[in-house]
Amino acid sequence: MAVETKLPFDKEYIEQFSNTLNEPNWMRSLRLQALEQAETLEMPKPDKTKITRWNFSDFKHEYTTGETIPSLQELPDVLKDYFDQDNLPENLLIQRNHTVAYAALKDELKDKGVIFTDIFTAMKEHSDLVEQYFMNNAVSVDQNRLTALHAALVNGGAFIYVPKNVEIEEPLQVVFWQEDPELALVNHVIVVADENSKLTYVENYVSSNVEEQTVANIVEEVFAHNNAKISYGAVDNFAEGTTSYVNRRGVAYDNATIDWALGQMNEGNTVSENITHLIGNGSTSKANAVTVGRGTQIQNFTANIVQHGKGTDGFILQRGVMKEKATTIFNAIGKIEHGGSGSNSEQESRVLMLSADARGDANPILLIEEDDVTAGHAASVGRVDPLQMYYLMSRGLKKEEAERLVIHGFLAPVVSQLPIESVKKQLTQVIERKVY
Amino acid sequence: MSGSVLEIKNLHVSIEDKEILKGVNLTIKGGEFHAIMGPNGTGKSTLASAIMGHPKYEVTEGSITLDGEDVLEMEVDERARAGLFLAMQYPSEISGVTTSDFLRSAINARREEGDEISLMKFIKELDKDLEYLEIDQNMATRYLNEGFSGGEKKRNEILQLMQLKPEIAILDEIDSGLDIDALKVVSKGINKMRGEDFGCLIITHYQRLLNYITPDFVHVMMQGRVVKSGGPELAKRLEAEGYEWIKEELGIEDETVEQNA
Ligand SMILES: Nc1ncnc2c1ncn2[C@@H]1O[C@H](COP(=O)(O)OP(=O)(O)OP(=O)(O)O)[C@@H](O)[C@H]1O
Ligand SMILES: [Mg+2]
Repeated sequence: MAVETKLPFDKEYIEQFSNTLNEPNWMRSLRLQALEQAETLEMPKPDKTKITRWNFSDFKHEYTTGETIPSLQELPDVLKDYFDQDNLPENLLIQRNHTVAYAALKDELKDKGVIFTDIFTAMKEHSDLVEQYFMNNAVSVDQNRLTALHAALVNGGAFIYVPKNVEIEEPLQVVFWQEDPELALVNHVIVVADENSKLTYVENYVSSNVEEQTVANIVEEVFAHNNAKISYGAVDNFAEGTTSYVNRRGVAYDNATIDWALGQMNEGNTVSENITHLIGNGSTSKANAVTVGRGTQIQNFTANIVQHGKGTDGFILQRGVMKEKATTIFNAIGKIEHGGSGSNSEQESRVLMLSADARGDANPILLIEEDDVTAGHAASVGRVDPLQMYYLMSRGLKKEEAERLVIHGFLAPVVSQLPIESVKKQLTQVIERKVY
Repeated sequence: MSGSVLEIKNLHVSIEDKEILKGVNLTIKGGEFHAIMGPNGTGKSTLASAIMGHPKYEVTEGSITLDGEDVLEMEVDERARAGLFLAMQYPSEISGVTTSDFLRSAINARREEGDEISLMKFIKELDKDLEYLEIDQNMATRYLNEGFSGGEKKRNEILQLMQLKPEIAILDEIDSGLDIDALKVVSKGINKMRGEDFGCLIITHYQRLLNYITPDFVHVMMQGRVVKSGGPELAKRLEAEGYEWIKEELGIEDETVEQNA
């Protein structure tokens, strides 16, 4: 295979783009360096999915603004489903194309030093802090061609920082809305919970492009410092025309926790990797993910928890429902590094097939380099149990309704992990829409 | 007005090409309680499954009608909505679906669209039946049958019976695995259903259950047929003497289906 090295964007374009955003110098040089690296780096190689023919480089990128949303009572229809009108979030950021359409953060949190803003504002107002975390300790620019391309072309994102000893009960929610159907979203999210802090973050990716082809190249870096706890929820819902690369990375220090609940409901081809490094002793992570595949979409999900510290706990739970001619690969990798004694690692991946033409694969992998550990894994690819259907239908439920219950039940262990009630509802709705 | 009539005529049923039922005749009317007894493996559950439409059982001959309607032409869910109910010997576990969500869907499945039961009314009635059956409130929020003990599953079947209020119910070994107290509670639930509009077919091995639920008719099943019918006294005699005398009376050597296959 010949690596396509020509990029549709050159140095001048990047420089100009960075200038438009009035970025600090470090970011400009990082972009330019990344552009050079992108030319020689290889594409990522997700296990068991060939992405060489996927479009990751041909897209519209230029800086595009979006109209502001004056109040949540006047939400555009596309976004209405994402909110519970009776329980609107108080801390919310809506990014529309490349600009902020709505931003709210409770005064009380501002006073405590919480930063909750779009990534470009953060680069200006908290340049050192952003520089410290931006593709330094979690995802590196040169991981592959797409991460380098990402660094060169970032055109959206959010920065969240919760200072030491600050515990936030109410969630921080961000909606990334790609309103322009041709626009690529190269989105970068950084979430930092400083020592002894606590936060719940939830994000939504939304687009409606069915015919128009574009790309989402997303990198998210999540840091939980000593004794911090991050509860992280996401519902990805890019439309059919978007090819997505999603790289979510967590780093947890001593006794820190990062729990993920990912609703991976894109309609287009998707490669998603969710890697968490449990660096500190006693750190823990749960990586929960669900997906529904339909049409002819191809998806590859890798969840990987790398356990470095002593007495760490990593638990991966993946559930997928496959319809029509969809293909989904689940890779669940638990790794306990040398020195990670007293740790526990578990993976469970299950795929439910609703059609004979769908393809699903669940690969749990355990890599253990330490003796004193516990580990376990389970995987299955199966069909709806006819006896369950018989039982439910014998109570009067129509076939579709019985199947609906079985599917929701199958996905429930992950859906129930989502940290916000309204987002849980929303994911349930998206599942409903995709399954029927 | 009296209840429904379930009529089974000359029913032959095979499973995996093996004939299990060889001509069963039975009529159950609203207001009547029937008991079916018989040694293991003689086709009792097969009869129940065939009536409900279990996918593995194939009816090769005969008919089943409910108020004159051809039951065999109906899908499983249509049979249920027509008024049939089967408390299964081995209920399925449905992970991720709470008992109450399931029950509400099942109740609404019998109602017209737009006429769904209100959440308040549903909860009220569910609480009432839970209390009547001495079932812990938390069962409603547990996943349907998942991790339930044998006795809890049986109670849950009766809970469903009480909530769904069918015209004709078949209870397949509803008493198996129940302790004495549970047996009383379950019987109480079934007896509460008694009335002109409710007919019931109780499959059991033990007279014990019939001490609490007095049947109007008792049938004995052997070799895939109803070989003897009578009143409650028949059950008492079976309890005391076993099945040997019937076999002698009818000249049967082995009561199971197996031998004749
Ligand atoms: N899936 C199957 N494959 C083959 N034979 C079967 C199958 N299911 C049932 N049978 C046979 O059909 C016969 C009748 O079974 P059935 O379950 O109806 O008996 P039963 O009267 O309910 O017995 P019990 O009192 O033990 O519950 C038995 O010989 C049984 O082995
Ligand atoms: Mg039986």
